[in-house]
Amino acid sequence: MQLSGWGRFPRHEVRLSAPREMSEIPALLAQGPLIARGMGRAYGDSAVSRHTLSTRHLNRMIDFDAETGVLVAESGVTLAGIIDAFLPRGWFPMVTPGTRFVSLGGAIAADVHGKNHHGEGSFGTCLDWIDLMGADGIVQRCSRTENPEMFHWTLGGMGLTGVILRARIRLRRVESGWIRQTIIPARSLTEAIEAFDQTASATYSVAWIDGVARGEAMGRSLVMSGEHAARAELPSSRRAAPYAIPPKRARRVPFTLPGFVLNPLTVRLFNTLYFNNGLRQPTTGLVDWASYFYPLDAVADWNRIYGPKGFLQFQVVLPMESHAEGLRRVLEAVSRSGTASFLAVLKRFGAQDSRLSFPMEGFTLALDFPINSRSLALMSLLDRITVDHGGRFYLAKDSRITADTLRRTDPRWAEFARMRRESGLNRHFLSAQSERLDL
Amino acid sequence: MSKTILILGARSDIALACAHRYAGDGYGVLLAARNAATLEPAAQDLRLRHGVGVTLHDFDALQIEGFTAFLDALPALPDVALCAVGAMGDQTDSQRDPGAASRVLRANFEGPALILGMLAERFEARGSGRVIGITSVAGDRGRASNYVYGSAKAGLSAFLSGLRNRMARGPVRVITVKPGFVATRMTEGLPLNPRLTATPEAVAEAIWSADSRKRDVVYVKPVWRLVMAIIRALPEAIFKKTRL
Repeated sequence: MQLSGWGRFPRHEVRLSAPREMSEIPALLAQGPLIARGMGRAYGDSAVSRHTLSTRHLNRMIDFDAETGVLVAESGVTLAGIIDAFLPRGWFPMVTPGTRFVSLGGAIAADVHGKNHHGEGSFGTCLDWIDLMGADGIVQRCSRTENPEMFHWTLGGMGLTGVILRARIRLRRVESGWIRQTIIPARSLTEAIEAFDQTASATYSVAWIDGVARGEAMGRSLVMSGEHAARAELPSSRRAAPYAIPPKRARRVPFTLPGFVLNPLTVRLFNTLYFNNGLRQPTTGLVDWASYFYPLDAVADWNRIYGPKGFLQFQVVLPMESHAEGLRRVLEAVSRSGTASFLAVLKRFGAQDSRLSFPMEGFTLALDFPINSRSLALMSLLDRITVDHGGRFYLAKDSRITADTLRRTDPRWAEFARMRRESGLNRHFLSAQSERLDL
Repeated sequence: MSKTILILGARSDIALACAHRYAGDGYGVLLAARNAATLEPAAQDLRLRHGVGVTLHDFDALQIEGFTAFLDALPALPDVALCAVGAMGDQTDSQRDPGAASRVLRANFEGPALILGMLAERFEARGSGRVIGITSVAGDRGRASNYVYGSAKAGLSAFLSGLRNRMARGPVRVITVKPGFVATRMTEGLPLNPRLTATPEAVAEAIWSADSRKRDVVYVKPVWRLVMAIIRALPEAIFKKTRL
């Protein structure tokens, strides 16, 4: 069958196995190299391999401590399932990416980050241990104290160290399902960066950035910070059921839109309307958890809006020394290219001390582009700007960088590749991405 | 006392999806299957996600002599009984081997019909209860490709129809569910038309909705009602020459 990541590019012909029980996995491993796949929300080819092992049936919760919020679950359990089960009892994921439709295994393999990275770190923050199945079918418990080497290589290791079977994570106590959001409009890139400094003490912060605006307005943004609202902050009508939020209308992109729908003109129009709307909104207000953390989850199959060829996301982090100049160069290159990014997100990262994870202190920028020759040419230019400014690529979003670009931006992967060769892991766990990047 | 649902043939994907749907509404769940102890991970998952009680019960739909003891051993008579027992078998095997055919007939008709009938009796004596049987569109007209399975499902549909007719003036409700194609373990690897194929979760939602809206016979995807109406309306002289 044909399989791709969330960006629907590239597509590969694969065999997909979806075992019902963990006990079936050793026999599958014995058949040759494979990669595990959770919900397929990595954008590129991270979870695509000639033999791909879906963990969708390995999705049972195993244990939960209602006093401490510690959850043990199989790797196919999703953050959506965790929220459904435990938010009504006052618990929320400690770290969540921009979609709740990710698996626990995928969140660990990509060491995903959320809007609280600047203060609380990546997904590894809430991770106690992993049960990892090696090529021999033997399961190892890996934590910071038990098999710590494998723990650190697996967190952010893109599934290339084995099959993540189970994990223990810690959830966060919350008093409600609501977020107190503050919107700070920033009329330029400089103002946006300043706004992140102002909101450094907020639990959550993220910016929608106009990826099309030029000149003075280049980098104009709406910086949105947020805090979990206490029950007492809710209007009295909501205090009786503080975790309940209004039901959402299910929306779905019913078919793949033609490629021309999102063009620089329509994106520019949308962005101007969106920015001006942000200027008019009250600066603070209560927003439900689904709208705050997962606005795109409200539209099922939104990846179809980019047309039949699919799309890609350029996400890099630029370090503190060079972020302002690097971001400016990237935005200038985009506005000159004649292609437009419909979704653009800017976020301040805090320090990160794990071995392979994507974040580092600085600013991360994510831009979505439809696949076409113009955007692919632009990507090569953006890659060079990233290299020149000491930036780093997020492999969970990547579908096209070269092994050379990865080595030049992130020497840690060379060490990872050496570890894989020496331990023989490179013969048993591989993805289209690991082959492209020579990992 | 909280409400409870007994799910027979609890290992199937549809059965477990139904367990989650009812547990999500606060129902305690009794899971019944062969080697029920091996369902403990699924039971624990239900308990953790929904905060409900879940118990496991050994049940073999082919051992009708054990049915009375099985029902007597339940901790309490449930509010709802759902039977998801079924086995598609292999049509070619069923044609060659009467033993194999008999197992398909018994697993899809005899066992499910008799246990649901016995439950309906007990529900009637108590004065309340709902009985839900999962049959199949394959029972709407016998086709060359799966008529052993289809005829057993037709038998179950007819049984439930009669049971409903008999119980109609009393307190017991009887619901017949015809799922059509469902993406489950049973159909894994078959080339199914996505427009006609439901997920186990969609089947569970349809069952839940049929139960709460007091429906009698439901097709999970409404298109199946139309498809089967056309197939049933074909004159036999034409139908017998088709390959469906």
